[in-house]
Amino acid sequence: MAELVKRNHWVVRLTHWVNVVAIVIMAGSGMRIFNAHPAFARPGEHFALNPWEGHSIPNWLTFGGWLGGARHWHFAMMWLLVANGLLYLGFLFLHGEWRDIAPRRGDARDAIEMIKFYLFVRRDHPIQGKHNVLQKSAYFAMLVLGVIIVLSGLAIWKPITLGFITALFVNYKWARFVHFAAMAVLLLLALVHVFMIFAVDPYSVRSMITGWYNRVRSPEARNARPFYHLFGPRRSRPHDAEAPLT
Amino acid sequence: MSFDRRRFLSVSAASLSGALLAACGANPESAAKLLDFAERKNEGLERGLFRHDTMDRVPASAKLAGKDFPKYFISKTVPVWDPSVRGTWRLEVSGAVRTPLSLTLDDLMKLPHITQKVDHFCVEGWNARAEWTGVRVSDIARVAGITGAAHYVDFQSFDDDYHESWDMASAMHPQTLLAYGMDGRMLGPEHGAPARVHSPVKLGYKNTKYLTKVVFMPQRNGGYWSDQGYEWYGGT
Repeated sequence: MAELVKRNHWVVRLTHWVNVVAIVIMAGSGMRIFNAHPAFARPGEHFALNPWEGHSIPNWLTFGGWLGGARHWHFAMMWLLVANGLLYLGFLFLHGEWRDIAPRRGDARDAIEMIKFYLFVRRDHPIQGKHNVLQKSAYFAMLVLGVIIVLSGLAIWKPITLGFITALFVNYKWARFVHFAAMAVLLLLALVHVFMIFAVDPYSVRSMITGWYNRVRSPEARNARPFYHLFGPRRSRPHDAEAPLT
Repeated sequence: MSFDRRRFLSVSAASLSGALLAACGANPESAAKLLDFAERKNEGLERGLFRHDTMDRVPASAKLAGKDFPKYFISKTVPVWDPSVRGTWRLEVSGAVRTPLSLTLDDLMKLPHITQKVDHFCVEGWNARAEWTGVRVSDIARVAGITGAAHYVDFQSFDDDYHESWDMASAMHPQTLLAYGMDGRMLGPEHGAPARVHSPVKLGYKNTKYLTKVVFMPQRNGGYWSDQGYEWYGGT
């Protein structure tokens, strides 16, 4: 039983996977650069917002081998990230798909319904469009974080030449902190994203590779919560139908 | 500032780089080619964006790093100019100039000078504020009368073979100084005495300390850290 629909345009699929590569390299090389001075305080000053001030990131999470190498990777790959991001945003705008991502009135109410459903307070999966509102909000937040990361990145790459961008973040030190913190939140959301794909909707992996999606397998159709009804709703299994008790 | 030379040689085997390059079937040479290409293009963009009237504006109320300003040199001990061994310290200005100069510290201090509170941006990621007093490189260039062949300038030191060459636009920036004073005192030996290059428009490693020679040149001349893999341009 299949009800196939084209869920993701090739531009979305392409930019999604290019983004995976670009973000892994950018985050890895960024953390290697960070390790050269794993703190936000200026020499002789204190920085209260980072509880791990002075602690390096484990080497296995970093990319580029050493500070200079990581800088070369970071400053090369940033153009891939930016070009890819612009292509995606341009597509989203021209193709009208920003409507599936943009916040709208009623999102808060919908979010409460989704949380109720995940907490077993509500029985049936709310029907909320291409993405449920929690998913949609996470994707939108990732876009906003991407913009913040690019701007704060330019701010610390050229704090004099592009000083007007640095000034948006107060100064170099704060821009560097924002750049790092936004990256940390983005990676956290990406981890939650991957977790939810496998815990709630593994069938969507296909839609991000070939574009096709089987509606019968959607979380709404399966009434799926994390790790619940992964293989379909219980009631639809043949052996579970009103079989005569013998 | 704790540069560790061993760090340059150690490419962590456990780092993602190996795994990723292996997964892509790319060999390090093609990656190096890509990175070189990106560095050249970035330098073009950075030079294009560079403006002489774009200044580092540090608030007047900003705290100076003072004694916490990191000290750094490549020699085993603090390089100190000993006149009994090396004779009087002189700053030689030569190369593509009409009038080569040989300035004692007194000569240098007689030239028009400025005092500015600016940032020092280290490649490692920190920045520190200090108040620098010195002569603008652009004023030195004017006094020496640079010729049309001066497209680059090399700043050389007596700290081993430390030197870094610059593009002219960055050297001629009004905030690029040959500094002999720091925080209202004469420059100390840990910070490059008798004189050093200081500018907020370049990363720290481009700012040669323990200065001895300023050579205007038609071609770039690399540098101590640039030759070891850091970006030659090193602009901010």
